[in-house]
Amino acid sequence: MSESQRSDDGVQIDMISAERMNGLRTMEKIRLILDGVHEGNIVILEEGLDPDEESKLIEVTMSEISPDGFTGIEIETIPTGDDTGLFGKLLGNSSKGKLTVIGPANRIETLHKDENLISTLIHDQ
Amino acid sequence: MGLLTNIRSSISAVTSSLFAGSEPKRIGIYGPPNAGKTTLANRIARDWTGDAVGPESHVPHETRRARRKENVEIKRDGRTVSIDIVDTPGVTTKIDYEEFLEHDIEKEDAVRRSREATEGVAEAMHWLREDVDGVIYVLDASTDPFTQVNTMLIGIIESQDLPVLILANKTDLDDASVKQIRDAFPQHETIPLSALEGDNMDEVYDKIAEYFG
Repeated sequence: MSESQRSDDGVQIDMISAERMNGLRTMEKIRLILDGVHEGNIVILEEGLDPDEESKLIEVTMSEISPDGFTGIEIETIPTGDDTGLFGKLLGNSSKGKLTVIGPANRIETLHKDENLISTLIHDQ
Repeated sequence: MGLLTNIRSSISAVTSSLFAGSEPKRIGIYGPPNAGKTTLANRIARDWTGDAVGPESHVPHETRRARRKENVEIKRDGRTVSIDIVDTPGVTTKIDYEEFLEHDIEKEDAVRRSREATEGVAEAMHWLREDVDGVIYVLDASTDPFTQVNTMLIGIIESQDLPVLILANKTDLDDASVKQIRDAFPQHETIPLSALEGDNMDEVYDKIAEYFG
């Protein structure tokens, strides 16, 4: 996992490789994602989750929503199929799956999405 | 002894198959909030049983528990298809009680509704993984279907190998576009309807019998 942090009032981005995720069980993956999101981080998954894991992510997210606290997640995916893209080069290996961006619902706003691009606005906390 | 065992096995197999064939299929009505799922569930239930399933509302998350209407018998072309309808809460990845305040709901009630809504969405996901035999996926034809929740839910349904019928609802609205629903999920058949007005329900029932009969 590579991380970048600007400052206390900045945005932390956790980019998690497929290799890191492949070694985890479903609930470990979900905890890794949601623990990051609870801290206000933006989590980027190289390969995303499978449908069953996505289903459980929604279920666990719902169980953690609280009034005046955590309001849930914003999630976007785009399919990836080769190692020629920027993200594949950044992580230095091939990827087949769906590039996934997950963030706190109250901080991340999707501005544009198509099959090749996710454009998001991240609000200050 | 061997013959007796074989006869017993045959009788058991025939009996099991007879009962299996007569058991209603549980059909989950899924979709995002405010797509018209309860309006559709009520339309189907009223048409074939005379009863409603639950209250309809323009306020999101009015349905906060999965509601079941059992043994709905739909008659098509001289045969009867028996289904249990499961009307589920609209699926989302986020719920903020402040959304309810915009609908003139007091804070205490809004907090309660949001808590119930989160439990309802979790319950809907559990039903989808464990307890439904088919899915009617309802979309509001006047809104953009290219959302992450729709993509994820259709992917989850497909991964479960469940038969799914996509309904493009609210065709009574001026800005409804059935084409945008068809374009979003070209791998599945899309049927237009207005559950509110009862438009095109004959085709909906034909398809329910075809997909889930």
